[in-house]
Amino acid sequence: MGKLSLIIKREYKARVSNRSFIVMTFLSPIIAVGMIFLIVYLTQVNQDGQRTIVVVDDSGLFYKDFENTEDINYVDLSPIGLDNAKESVRSNGYFGLLYIPKDVKSKPSTVRFFGSEVPGFSTLDAMEEQIEKKLTDEKLVDRGVDLDMIEESKTLVSINIENFTGERTSKISNWIKAGFGGGAGYLLMMFIIIYGNMVMRSVIEEKTNRIIEVIISSVKPFKLMMGKIIGTTLAGITQFTIWIILGGVLLFALVSFLGIDATSGQVPLGNMAATDLDKIELIILDILKLPLITLAIFFIIYFIGGYFLYSSIYAAIGAAVDSETDTQQFMLPLITPLMLAIYVGFFAVIDNPHGIVAVVFSYIPLTSPIVMLMRIPFGVAWWELLISVGILVASFIFTVWFGSKIYRVGILMYGKKPTYKELMKWLKY
Amino acid sequence: MEYLLAADHVSKKFGKYTALNDLSIAVPKGSVFGLLGPNGAGKTTLIRIINQITAPDEGTVTLAGEPLQQKHILNIGYMPEERGLYKSMKVGEQLLYLAQLKGMSRKEAKEQSEYWFSRLGMSGWWDKKIQELSKGQAQKVQFIVTVLHRPKLLIFDEPFSGFDPINANLIKDEILKLRDEGATIIFSTHRMESVEAMCDHIALINKSNKILDGNLAEIKRNYRSNTFEIGLETQEDTYDAQQQLKVAIMQNIPEKWEVNPASFKTIHDHDLKLKIQMPEGDSANDLLRYLTTKGMVNHFVEVIPSVNEIFIQTISSN
Repeated sequence: MGKLSLIIKREYKARVSNRSFIVMTFLSPIIAVGMIFLIVYLTQVNQDGQRTIVVVDDSGLFYKDFENTEDINYVDLSPIGLDNAKESVRSNGYFGLLYIPKDVKSKPSTVRFFGSEVPGFSTLDAMEEQIEKKLTDEKLVDRGVDLDMIEESKTLVSINIENFTGERTSKISNWIKAGFGGGAGYLLMMFIIIYGNMVMRSVIEEKTNRIIEVIISSVKPFKLMMGKIIGTTLAGITQFTIWIILGGVLLFALVSFLGIDATSGQVPLGNMAATDLDKIELIILDILKLPLITLAIFFIIYFIGGYFLYSSIYAAIGAAVDSETDTQQFMLPLITPLMLAIYVGFFAVIDNPHGIVAVVFSYIPLTSPIVMLMRIPFGVAWWELLISVGILVASFIFTVWFGSKIYRVGILMYGKKPTYKELMKWLKY
Repeated sequence: MEYLLAADHVSKKFGKYTALNDLSIAVPKGSVFGLLGPNGAGKTTLIRIINQITAPDEGTVTLAGEPLQQKHILNIGYMPEERGLYKSMKVGEQLLYLAQLKGMSRKEAKEQSEYWFSRLGMSGWWDKKIQELSKGQAQKVQFIVTVLHRPKLLIFDEPFSGFDPINANLIKDEILKLRDEGATIIFSTHRMESVEAMCDHIALINKSNKILDGNLAEIKRNYRSNTFEIGLETQEDTYDAQQQLKVAIMQNIPEKWEVNPASFKTIHDHDLKLKIQMPEGDSANDLLRYLTTKGMVNHFVEVIPSVNEIFIQTISSN
């Protein structure tokens, strides 16, 4: 234990005092926050104000029916005729002209748009939707249908799910449940992508510094690997924490400094229908009803377990190669099981949380950290959890052990492949 | 004699390649033991077995009578041929770290480091990074790493490569001092002349096999050929006088004595220099007595073969 903590301390110090590590720790949040503001700014620049569209309606059906939107301002020039209107659009520099012919009811495809630029999707959609609705209504009236009757008959159904103990729940609940696992999965994947590499580099370090023989004659490679994985993880957590704190502070500072209204995109609650509010209440209730403490505990277990397993694979790769340039090819295959887990989670777990696919993937150590986390909210037996965590821990230890063997053999290899018999012998030592 | 380390019929193969073949050595306690042989002979493999970096396929290694175990690494200091330290780590921290890995307490390690810093003239290096040091300076740090935990057994693989002559000498003296303080030292080198002066015992290894081992002086005694280098002074110090003296010596020299010209430095221009090999039974005194009847002897040295010569001789005779 003494040696292990020594190694962990050294690794942690070595990582944290590395110049590029320090630079990235403080630069990344600045870059990230800068990016957010750049995007916000660019989006605002892209919206070039209200456009004016001239409407020439020969059918006379649409008079005053075009509602102005935030982006589009409709001007009705039907009285002056199409040709004059065109002239007016050109001379005034309007965005375009919408022409609705007289017989639009029988030939709806004759509606035309004139303009020097092609209008964007959203603009086209807005115009089409208004014309379609008006024409449909007109036709219904022509056939003697009372529009008010239709409006009154419209019914919205939303099944309220209730279990036998009388607890109500919403149908979105399944998505919320899986969402927790999915979110954890994405976080884990991000962490692995950023810090797995660091473990690998740290394992290669002894080789490039040629200190490997001195180290191996003092400490068992297993302890060295374990120390490196733990030390680097701690460094990673340190950096991640600083990022979150620093990024949060920066974002908050900038938002309040620039006076940007962060809530501008949201719909004011007051406008919501009562049923919507009901739904939201249900969702919040659903979240509160999740086994939050169990989830939190298992999130930590699976996050650490999953990260350790993946970084031990990185370490094993580091042990097998001589330089970092040889490692690039391994990166994608390593992440693939994680992505698979997220997809399996979203398709199989939500569909049937206790189906065979979901169960199997929640045992496989490379996918269990994500899939099992998605399953937990649906209720998983304690022994299943035990098996899953057990497999995860065992595979982690096995991978570290295996990596340390590769590591030791790596020094002794004179460009020859070891036989199985030799491997067994080395494994003993 | 008490042996600190003994390797008994050790064999090691890498695939089809035999690195060590049924090799046995015994290293006497408190001695300097030379493990000599050309590159690729198997020296480093043997050292790695002793350091438990790899295991022998066959045979056993014992340290102070016990079969090698994990705990023994604390009693061994190893300087590998491939030198290496953490480049971006400070010298002091590095020493403390590596010494603690070898089981020292931080306090002890600090005291020992300070002792060695002052001994090797390295004051002010504590906070320097390895990458800021010269190669020779880094070698000194490497040496301290090897000896810091006061191991009973010190193993040096090509110890003097990378040192300039002054530092090589310094290190040599330190190593001998460590031996005097009770440490046992194993040297491995292919430059046999470099450690000849230091070794008490040697083992010659060639192509995975031990071809010779034992006490160095004994080996040399076994390999001496009763040959002497002699120099005689002539009064006039001229070429003619030198030739005359040679004729005089050859006139009634015993038949079995083999005479060859020799070359070595003396302070005269025309001393007569010869190498005389006598059969067994004739002694140095016989030769000296004969020479004094002919002239003034100013050089008289027994020719003792170097380890290198012994090595070549043994290989060619095998």
